[in-house]
Amino acid sequence: MEELCTGLCSVLADSGADAGLALFLSLLVGVLLVSGVPLITVILLIWIERKVAARIQDRIGPNRVGPIGLLQTIADMIKLLSKEDITPTAADRILYNAAPLVSFASVVLLWAVIPFTPFHFGVDLEIGALYFVAVASFGTLAIMAAGWASNNKYALLGAFRVVALLVSYEVPLVFALLVPVLLAGSMSLVDIVNAQNGMWFVILSPLAFVIFYISSQAETGRAPFDLIEAESELVAGFNIEYSGMKFGMFFAAEFLHVFTNGIIMAILFFGGWMGPFYYESPLIAFAWLGAKGGLIYFTTLWLRNTVPRLRIDQIMAFNWKFLVPLSIANLIVVSFVLKVMQELGFAPGDMLNASFAELLPTTIILLLFNGAMIFYLLGILRKRGREARREAHGAHANFAQAGSAAGH
Amino acid sequence: MELNAISIGFVVFTIFTLGGAIGVVTTRNLFQGTIWLMVSLFGVAGYFILLSAPFLAAVQILVYIGAIAILITFAVMLTRSIARIKERYIRLLPSFIGSLALFLILLLGVTVPIFGAHAPDSIPDYVASTRDLGAALVDENGYVVPFLLASVLLTAAMIGAIFIARDETA
Amino acid sequence: MVPLWMFLAVAAALFSIGVFGVLARRNAVAILMSVELMLNAVNINLVAFWRYSETGTDLLLNGYVFTAFVLIVAAAEAAVGLAIIITVYRNRRSVIPEEARALKG
Repeated sequence: MEELCTGLCSVLADSGADAGLALFLSLLVGVLLVSGVPLITVILLIWIERKVAARIQDRIGPNRVGPIGLLQTIADMIKLLSKEDITPTAADRILYNAAPLVSFASVVLLWAVIPFTPFHFGVDLEIGALYFVAVASFGTLAIMAAGWASNNKYALLGAFRVVALLVSYEVPLVFALLVPVLLAGSMSLVDIVNAQNGMWFVILSPLAFVIFYISSQAETGRAPFDLIEAESELVAGFNIEYSGMKFGMFFAAEFLHVFTNGIIMAILFFGGWMGPFYYESPLIAFAWLGAKGGLIYFTTLWLRNTVPRLRIDQIMAFNWKFLVPLSIANLIVVSFVLKVMQELGFAPGDMLNASFAELLPTTIILLLFNGAMIFYLLGILRKRGREARREAHGAHANFAQAGSAAGH
Repeated sequence: MELNAISIGFVVFTIFTLGGAIGVVTTRNLFQGTIWLMVSLFGVAGYFILLSAPFLAAVQILVYIGAIAILITFAVMLTRSIARIKERYIRLLPSFIGSLALFLILLLGVTVPIFGAHAPDSIPDYVASTRDLGAALVDENGYVVPFLLASVLLTAAMIGAIFIARDETA
Repeated sequence: MVPLWMFLAVAAALFSIGVFGVLARRNAVAILMSVELMLNAVNINLVAFWRYSETGTDLLLNGYVFTAFVLIVAAAEAAVGLAIIITVYRNRRSVIPEEARALKG
């Protein structure tokens, strides 16, 4: 009990509070802080998303409510809250109402293991990386429940497609996640950040980062995998029957999930809080994490407003025929190379305290292998692209020929 | 049993586990049954945390809620005529009596040793970590052969499932 | 600390509920779910015995590892079982095990 009681708890206990009560209060404050940060962040995120989208599309974006439109989300929330809250008569009431909550909670729960600074995190779980995957599976469940409970065939069809997508892309996501775990020799997110003291994992294994980035785009339902809200085909998919704040919660969960994934990627591949002067103050460390996560988040917004949506069969074929074999091959190559280097004595046995110089040979060899794989893959892609272009061209020529023949 | 975080957790997880299990066997609607199954298995994951096996708890949630439950909901929705089955139960009374008798026998079996000499009332302080589990799984004196066999089993099950469920007309 | 027999009692109750489901339900999917309940009851027992066993300094991981294997088998069982249910449904339009008796002599 005593070792748990530090910081605020010890202050409370010293000022005469009951030990159990002091522990409970300090834990409560911690829980409220960790869950409060994402709730406040999401208000800002929606504004950023709309503003960035507007700039990319050569618009101004929200600029009426508050300074540079900052309070627009608050106004939207009031609008959503004051809307009529409709539950379809044939819906399964309990599941229908629980689904948005589970969806949002599955994202907020992720923040429990995120290390903000070397000393500030909700909890340093021994199995942090596995927790990340396990909690994210609640989101899939929420979508399935929402689609079924709405008792609407469009909602059900949308849920089917989305769940098939999410379950499929979980496979390369986990295989890519295993690479940082393997390099750090630990599943704890704090250990993973500490292991990047010498070298960021994105340099050691850029391919794993690319796979993780693509599959987390799919997991969050972002373009080009945004089947979750394929407005033009599915009239919004699984959340078609939702209105008011329940719809808003699905929406907020998605926005928050994208940003959370940015933070997770910063932790797994970009050294988390590491950066110049991070040891000076927790605020600087936190700023580094926020900046890295924000940059990755910005690229997803950029991508979303640039690329068109893929068809479901294209998405599935890309996953099972390209991403999954690639992620498995990448994992095998990285683990094999790392083990050989460690046996030969070129790589440090324990990555946790390895310095830059110790890691240099490993880095070069791993980069060479990654480069070879990327080169080979680009070759395959180029060949496929050329075939596809030739086919499209042939089809076009046939069509033109048929048209001119009919014309004569 | 004094009142502390662990005992409160035990009571809560018991309600989850047994309540969910009763929901699974009594509900008429199979989709709701799947949800109840997940509630129950979530409670079991909670027990694993109480028993200081967090790795198993995370795997339990990942495998059951992330994979098996989703599979079952897909199966429920693909076999829609399920809703047309009128009677839920067959041999209701004999099964109920049989399982109740089984429960009483098992309960007797687990409670009698309390009064014997070999009741372990304390738990060891040291507990194996996830790292120990990982080392044991690939240790040649440990469990490397069952581990490899399990991976073969999973591959075989995957190929078998795809082969059986494949629609041959398509 | 919660005494060992309480975990065992909960596991016994879970197992009995699973047995009841297997015996009494008509639907194959419901029977499969009941089997999952029974497997989990066994898992609770294995982990509880592992945690409460006195190991001294020597690490004894049998219960822990065995639970992991039970989870693997459960995943394999669910995949194959559901594939069989879907195939039977496709051929006979039924998910009631008693009606799938084409091979009965």
